[in-house]
Amino acid sequence: MAYVAIFITYIFINNFILTQFLGLCPFIGVSKNSESAIGMGMAVTFVMGIASIITWLVYNLLLLPLDLAYLQTLSFILVIAALVQFVEMIIQKNSPALYQALGIFLPLITTNCAVLGIAIMNITEGYNLMESFSAGIAAGIGFTLALVLMSNIRERMDLHPVRKAFKGVPIAFISGGLMALAFMAFDKALLTNLLG
Amino acid sequence: MATERMQVLTKGFFKENPVFIIMLGLCPTLGVTTQVINGIGMGLSVIFVLVFSNIFISMLKNIIPNSVRIPSYIVIIAAFVTIVEMVMHAFAPSIYKALGIFLPLIVVNCIILGRAEAFANKNTVLDSFLDGVGMGVGFTMALTLIAFIREVFGAGTITLVPMGGFDGVIEIPLFYTYPVRVLTLAAGALLLMGYLKAFFEWNANRKRG
Repeated sequence: MAYVAIFITYIFINNFILTQFLGLCPFIGVSKNSESAIGMGMAVTFVMGIASIITWLVYNLLLLPLDLAYLQTLSFILVIAALVQFVEMIIQKNSPALYQALGIFLPLITTNCAVLGIAIMNITEGYNLMESFSAGIAAGIGFTLALVLMSNIRERMDLHPVRKAFKGVPIAFISGGLMALAFMAFDKALLTNLLG
Repeated sequence: MATERMQVLTKGFFKENPVFIIMLGLCPTLGVTTQVINGIGMGLSVIFVLVFSNIFISMLKNIIPNSVRIPSYIVIIAAFVTIVEMVMHAFAPSIYKALGIFLPLIVVNCIILGRAEAFANKNTVLDSFLDGVGMGVGFTMALTLIAFIREVFGAGTITLVPMGGFDGVIEIPLFYTYPVRVLTLAAGALLLMGYLKAFFEWNANRKRG
């Protein structure tokens, strides 16, 4: 049950983009067409899941016993940067098709606040290893959901006349705002109603 | 020479404002701007990190090998972010708490890495320092503006630092009774950012004629 709650929380209630403002840069930058939105979303979900596990292990097995918790930020960003590079190499070697789909997005992920965000959140929320992994995957799915919805809206919007000053980024922000309003329907009450 | 220096300093204020024109560092821009003091606190932290990382990176630009420059920059930036975190935790615990996760996330703020890559690694230490100050001040101004609009209209208050008998909160008569609550929420932040960006586009178009 705890895992269902984590999934619902991170996909809908605390959607990373629409309620926490983590990962806004790709939300505006990579949402111009739905194909790249799906690619970016999958790559982020993948890295977030693995990063959650590795950063949890680094924090609990390395930093805490050595009393170095203040190095959290520094070590996490290094681990994430190395991990992204590593994942890129493995995918390139073993699955050229997947690399074609995700390749160009991988370098962008190192500086995506969503990845470092979930790593730090797992620690502050006090999750165990399995919960951290679920939270990472769920937050990634929430990110993908918002990104794909946004890209579909923007593809439609290309066909409609938009005032010159609002073209491109401004109208994207306003559509994002309206989407965030819709996502406000998901709140903690949903969780209590569903799971009792 | 002097005018060129001035330009390096002032271009970040309006002409190349990191938030409204280059559109970098959006997550903290919208995430922390529910109160004016948080916007200012975030802005000052970013100025500190940006100035020192720019100085160090431009000093070390001939030592850092080109192939590992990005990880090296990230380590330098992360070190200064850790300093800010510890100092804030000790001396401004309320702001530390309000900024929450966005304080460590300064590490991945694209403005800082962006300036390191685009400016500090090919310019002199003095120019990099000025660029850091200019971009940081531009960022702070943008955050303060957004936070001001959101707090005045959304909550009817302006929160500043408490001093002596003054508790740090100014109430705005009409909006305090009838606040436009949506502006303090996530949705309001995105909508406001859209309208502000449209205003700056309109302004740029008008100047171009």
